[in-house]
Amino acid sequence: MLGRYRNLTILVGVLFLQVLGLAVQVKRSADVENTRLIRIWAVGAVTPFERGLVWVQNSSRNLWHNYFYLRGVRAENRELRQQIEQMRLEQVRMSEDAAQAHRLQQILAFKEQYISKTVAAQVIGSSGTDLSRSVYIDKGSNDGVAPDMAVITANGIVGKVLRVYASTSLVLMINDQTSGVGAMLEKSRLQGVLRGTPNGEVILERVMSDEQVTPGDNVMSSGGDQIFPKGLPVGTVSKVSPGREMFLNIQIKPAADLSRLEEVLVVTGKQEQQAVADATTPRVRAADILAQRLPSVPDRPAGHAVVTTPAENGASGAAEAGQAKPNSNSYSNSSAKPQVQPAGNAAGTGAGSVPVAPPAGTAGAVSAAAIPKKPVQKIVSAEPVAEGDTEGSAGNGSNAAVLPAASVAKPASAKPASSQSPPPATAEDAPH
Amino acid sequence: MPITYTSGEQIEVYRFSWPVTVGVPLAALFLQSFVPRIFPPFAVYFDLPLLVTIFFAMARRNPISGLFTGAAIGLAQDMLGPYPIGIYGIAKTVVGYGASSLGAKLDVENAGARFLVTLGFYLVHAAIYFTVARGMVSLTLNWSWSRGIFAGLANALLGIGLYFVLDKFKQRT
Repeated sequence: MLGRYRNLTILVGVLFLQVLGLAVQVKRSADVENTRLIRIWAVGAVTPFERGLVWVQNSSRNLWHNYFYLRGVRAENRELRQQIEQMRLEQVRMSEDAAQAHRLQQILAFKEQYISKTVAAQVIGSSGTDLSRSVYIDKGSNDGVAPDMAVITANGIVGKVLRVYASTSLVLMINDQTSGVGAMLEKSRLQGVLRGTPNGEVILERVMSDEQVTPGDNVMSSGGDQIFPKGLPVGTVSKVSPGREMFLNIQIKPAADLSRLEEVLVVTGKQEQQAVADATTPRVRAADILAQRLPSVPDRPAGHAVVTTPAENGASGAAEAGQAKPNSNSYSNSSAKPQVQPAGNAAGTGAGSVPVAPPAGTAGAVSAAAIPKKPVQKIVSAEPVAEGDTEGSAGNGSNAAVLPAASVAKPASAKPASSQSPPPATAEDAPH
Repeated sequence: MPITYTSGEQIEVYRFSWPVTVGVPLAALFLQSFVPRIFPPFAVYFDLPLLVTIFFAMARRNPISGLFTGAAIGLAQDMLGPYPIGIYGIAKTVVGYGASSLGAKLDVENAGARFLVTLGFYLVHAAIYFTVARGMVSLTLNWSWSRGIFAGLANALLGIGLYFVLDKFKQRT
């Protein structure tokens, strides 16, 4: 009897064992990794080949790109330099905003999380099926990687480390259906849970249907999952539709290209500390800031550039305080050069300028006409800087910026103006 | 000359050397894991370990050997993924058993038969995976006939080429 059904009996037996094993794994919690050893065997058998192939691939690509194929590198370099200049200007404004945020956080005794240490890793393989979304990276416990560490790229978050082996790790991506990330909408600060779908899409769950969410809204990590630090870019809302149980169905386009990952960063160190305001920032009186930020009044007709030097400024009186400003912030070497400030340009194109409302009694040296009409000035993308002039761009032409107060050294000419302005106020009091 | 009879005595049984028995499934697992890094749709439409399972099962024509080959390859595939081990194992065990049982009764040496067998077993494999993943692991999967058939056809086409290459490693018993 058994001989006749021998094959079938063995089949049923093998299937039964596998079902039993599966049931045990499902029943046990995820913390108890009871299949670690056999997974190590499988990963150890496959990943060395992948690692080797990726190395060969990268080496040949690097050889080609770094030694043979250098067409357009000069032009690209020029563009990048221009970008750097623009970003420096933006950075000045950002650092000012950040300093203000730090001060506020310190007042509120908030704790901040910083990414203090990362490990760069190369993607060497995947799980090999579209039913699960995970990739293997070439860094493991030997490199300080541990489970539940965040994996990111420069564009946005990728996922978390699920399993760690000696020299490789398995990363569960955010579009896997078993993943979950605390996320929030950048504008409205609405929080939700980011989940993957069986089709590999990413959705934001738990946002009530009466909330206003529009396609294009940015989504970032909320920090609520204790894995991803708050504020990392996640993606943008691509589609919003009514979902189940009074919740919206929000589809997200991930910021990182999850289907073509090559290099990632594993966040191996996070630091939590109470916000500390930057003590190095000098306390500047609001009147000084005003004097520096207000646009210059050309003393010559438009089209005639006013050439000033710090020395000249220092010699000028209070009435000139708001005019041509010696631009002596850290990134500019223009204090040593004559600055050319086009007439009427400072108010509109001041990169990094901050809205300033004229407080009463501060305008002893500032005419009302000099106050810009538009209260909000955003960073204006500076015109491309002429080739060979990148190093001093902050101090010339349209890039001559009305700079944030903290980053601008107080010119001698500003002092008389501020001295007349009662009452003395600190930088914190200045409207931003 | 292909054997076209269904009589058990006239069906030729093949065996494989140890390096081929171990190396080919490992290579299939490696490629299945590595190729999607360069060509992401590969993971969506192709299942190389399944093709290798079907090939070995059909060539050996022994259900016991077939089911163990399928179980081993399926479990190894599970080990590389993030989910509990056994989902692919169960599906490929059944496919290995079925393919070897079919191989023992029908001529599966010609391209047409191989195409149909591969297409059929791809759908069987997908159905078992779907059932186990939903029923036991509580994964949310959406069954799509169009996607299943399209992927089945893609695998069947790839399988014809792959079987042709792997035929070179066959050894007569």
